[in-house]
Amino acid sequence: MTAPETRGIQITNFRKLYGKTEAVKEVSLSVERGELFGLIGPDGAGKTTLMRAVCTLLVPDGGTVLVQGRDAARDIAAVRARLGYMPQRFSLYQDLTVEQNLRFFADLFQVRQKEREGRLEELYRFSRLGPFKKRRAGALSGGMRQKLALSCALVHTPETLVLDEPTTGVDPVSRHEFWEILRAIQKEGTTILVSTAYLDEADRCDRVALMHEGRIVAVGTPEEIKAGFRHVLYRLAGRDARELRRFFSGLPQVHSTQLFGDAVHVVFAKKPGQSDWEEWRHALEGKLEHWSPERPSVEDVFLELIGSGR
Amino acid sequence: MHETSVTTRELTRRFGRFVAVDRVSIEVGSGEIFGFLGANGAGKTTLIRVLCGLLKPTTGEATVAGYDVYTQSERIKQNIGYMSQRFSLYEDLTVAENIEFYGGIYGLARTKLRQKEKEILKNFGLHRHADSLTAGLPFGFKQRLALGCAMLHEPPILFLDEPTSGVDPRARREFWDTIHETAGRGTTVLVTTHFMEEAEYCNRVLIMHVGRIIALDTPDALKSRFEKRTMQEVFLELVGKEIGETRTRGQHGEQGEKP
Repeated sequence: MTAPETRGIQITNFRKLYGKTEAVKEVSLSVERGELFGLIGPDGAGKTTLMRAVCTLLVPDGGTVLVQGRDAARDIAAVRARLGYMPQRFSLYQDLTVEQNLRFFADLFQVRQKEREGRLEELYRFSRLGPFKKRRAGALSGGMRQKLALSCALVHTPETLVLDEPTTGVDPVSRHEFWEILRAIQKEGTTILVSTAYLDEADRCDRVALMHEGRIVAVGTPEEIKAGFRHVLYRLAGRDARELRRFFSGLPQVHSTQLFGDAVHVVFAKKPGQSDWEEWRHALEGKLEHWSPERPSVEDVFLELIGSGR
Repeated sequence: MHETSVTTRELTRRFGRFVAVDRVSIEVGSGEIFGFLGANGAGKTTLIRVLCGLLKPTTGEATVAGYDVYTQSERIKQNIGYMSQRFSLYEDLTVAENIEFYGGIYGLARTKLRQKEKEILKNFGLHRHADSLTAGLPFGFKQRLALGCAMLHEPPILFLDEPTSGVDPRARREFWDTIHETAGRGTTVLVTTHFMEEAEYCNRVLIMHVGRIIALDTPDALKSRFEKRTMQEVFLELVGKEIGETRTRGQHGEQGEKP
């Protein structure tokens, strides 16, 4: 057992209520120091509440949150001084330039003069915002604004970085770039807790927690999560995907089906045998042309965990 | 997919010296689900606006549902349904009242409206919520209601503009089920998205970059051609590097923001 003070973030039996609504229900979670950890789940899963607790911004209705060994509900000033937070709706000064925004945040966080210039250079390098120093924040594209907000959260070289859905609404190329930047920051030794509603982004993290309706439904590396899929997924193709789907969704051993373009994903309770396939091909009069096992995605696992079968 | 529903030939749209859409030729079949992918500023919004009859091309040809984009834009508007991420539903009306309201806008006769209302409630799984206030519905239900309202006038073509970004995966899969059923009844579905998981639901996808087509095929064919497992990886391979370069030159990514 690792001593708590060497932990990055230690959450024990955390609960939070908003009125009668239990936003987070008895959640426990450890993030190792230096880990890139993802909180993944749809809107309303409780990700933001959990992150705000880590950032000292709310008082738990039960349980404790330790950040680098310090209690986020009591030792507020010490936790904040070592933590960078990029909320979902961050505020940049639209009429200040990239550089002015960074310097403003450096003042706020009392970054010492002799460290400041070196840190700014590092941040320009990370974020690739160097060529845009003189551009007003209001004139940046979505992806660049996101990178500037990240840089502002990093200006005081925090030990822990918390990011609430930083890639929501950002185009796929910028999303990719953003994750590369997070990896580079992690190499500095920073512990990163990041949330996302895009389930495919789980693969970008060292470990993830899948959240649903205020609970954690799975924790592990992306590979561990995917290995936890209890059913068997096949990808089928043929002349009439809709017909294939109708046929398979009527079989008792089929858990669920989904159309993907011209292909159908079929989730079976257990692996079908060769004779099953021959029988189905026969029954479908040649409409079934290809079938092959498909690796389940994190989304498939998530849907299985929350019990969404049809 | 026998008849063509949308055809363009060398379609080009310039804004001054800027070429937003550059010699795009596509054919979309009836009942096809066709995706338009591209980063911000790739030209997909301009192309969609031309195909919706909202913007005239500079050169080239395009017909939508058999109507010419230069001379018959009003007919085009009557033959398409449009739905975006921001539903234009009245939150303080019930589900049935929203349908009736939009039926009125589209000028549907009383009996026709009754029939369509039943059909929407049934096809989109809303029958138990006809008298529920729209404001209190879960996201997925609102989305299906918005879709139903966009299709009240039975358009042969449906445009979905960034339809389901960031919602919960169960709601997203149910939404795409509805879309597949709609396409199965013969409606052509044109979708813009920058959410690559969503591209996997399309029959074919068009990937645009600086106004041009850089790929047009089924998601499976694209994945096997580039030896990638996901459309996200295909997209990055095709578009990623070029965009990286244009961005560092500081000429890109200024427009087309989503708040």
